Amino acid sequence: MQQVEPINPPVERIPESTNISIRVSLLSKFFLEVASFSLFMLRFFKEVFKPPYEFNELLKQCFLIGYKSLPLIGITGFIIGLVLTIQSRPTLAKFGAVSWLPAMVGVSIIREIGPVISALIFAGKVGSGIGAELASMKVTEQIDAMQVSWTNPFKYLVVSRVLAATLMLPLLVIFSDAIGLFGSFVGVNLKDHVSFYLFFSQIFQSLEFKDLLPAITKTFFFGFAIGLIGSYTGYNSNKGTEGVGEAANTAVVFSSLMVFIIDMLAVQITSLMQS
Amino acid sequence: MNNNTTPPEIKKNEVHDNTTVVAMKHLKKSFGNNDVLKDITLQINKGESLVILGKSGTGKSVLIKCIVGLNVFDDGELSIFGQDISKISKPELIAVRKKIGFLFQSGALYDSMSVRENLEFPLKRQQQTIGDDEMDAMVKEALGNVGLSEAIDKKPSELSGGMRKRLGLARTLILKPEIMLYDEPTTGLDPITSKEISTLILDVQNKFQTTSIIITHDIECAKRTANRIIVLKEGVCFAEGSYTELENSGDSWIRSFFE
Repeated sequence: MQQVEPINPPVERIPESTNISIRVSLLSKFFLEVASFSLFMLRFFKEVFKPPYEFNELLKQCFLIGYKSLPLIGITGFIIGLVLTIQSRPTLAKFGAVSWLPAMVGVSIIREIGPVISALIFAGKVGSGIGAELASMKVTEQIDAMQVSWTNPFKYLVVSRVLAATLMLPLLVIFSDAIGLFGSFVGVNLKDHVSFYLFFSQIFQSLEFKDLLPAITKTFFFGFAIGLIGSYTGYNSNKGTEGVGEAANTAVVFSSLMVFIIDMLAVQITSLMQS
Repeated sequence: MNNNTTPPEIKKNEVHDNTTVVAMKHLKKSFGNNDVLKDITLQINKGESLVILGKSGTGKSVLIKCIVGLNVFDDGELSIFGQDISKISKPELIAVRKKIGFLFQSGALYDSMSVRENLEFPLKRQQQTIGDDEMDAMVKEALGNVGLSEAIDKKPSELSGGMRKRLGLARTLILKPEIMLYDEPTTGLDPITSKEISTLILDVQNKFQTTSIIITHDIECAKRTANRIIVLKEGVCFAEGSYTELENSGDSWIRSFFE
């Protein structure tokens, strides 16, 4: 009798020892990457205080990173404020607490939503931009060309971009918060009629200094992390043109993740300090 | 009226100066387990034009990157202008390397800057006291030397491959280096533009009395520019001689480069 070949051949089992070695190699790769990133950050702190200072490049980057991000940050801020107000209204209406809408939306935007959403948008636009730009500069030997022109490429490219990101994100968040509150005012006035003065009086009565300070302080860390991760992925890209896309992608993924991690730490630290 | 559009033939610089400008002894460089340069010993005299030939991946670019300091060699000796660069202080090393120009394979132009800004960049870095008028004159002179005066306000993305190479050369020459390193200057160019670049290399050498090290796969470029040719094979200097000597070599592998 003719033997029929099984349709699905038996799955070949990977030996346990191979599995372990793959895990060990992944783990060592992870720790090497962490060590490499830590050295990169250390180098940033060493170079940032060392003259000569690249003021012109810093100003240029502040313009590109900060000013050029204003429309995107403004539009998203407005939409978030508007949508949050429209979505929250029915829930508050159930408890007869619609008059609390400006205060609730104001605190949400200033404390959490404004900084985090703006930072995520910033990571997508600026973090990926820095990663792709530096990676393509590396592929086309522009970083080497800087080195032979007696320029410290780390200082010129990395330090200026990280500083610009650190300084610009807090300003963008303040701008986004303001636009978001205006969006909320528009949202409230779609159903009710609340004057501009009354709306903002309610918001500022519900806000305290301790709401503002941690919210703005954490955005410096968000900006620093986004700038540093974008620069790290771009500056260390070494896979030719394929590496450009990879650098941009990695920059967005890890800087977005870092935004949440920093936010979580900031909330914990703020709670500890206030208790 | 002369309607001939081909550039005038420029003769190769004859080397009469025996001053050694670059000397290497048993130079070694590895990347991980890959020994790229195993044992390189050679010297280059002032005003000489040395062409380095070899298959891809034999370490030609690594060799010139060791000279300019983009790669750090693992072992051996490298002297530039008689100074052993592994023994001199950092300021001395910077002073030595300021005399070296490097033309990258891709031109390595700064995409975010205009042609003018590309040329001003190294000037501002090296000569910080330079005035605006002087800088403008130097930029225009450098562009004039490579026939790109009309492109001064363009962006690199608006230039052709040949123009990008010429701009790269102008950016390097603006600092008036004594040694010029060319990394595959004619790669990716059509034969006519390749000939123009080879002529420009000779022109630069005659005009500025530079010492040139040229890495190329382009035999026509080698023929036009070389006083001496070195063939690299498996990380060592496999053969050395003039173009004619190597073209008629008894080794079929060497002859294959010239066929």
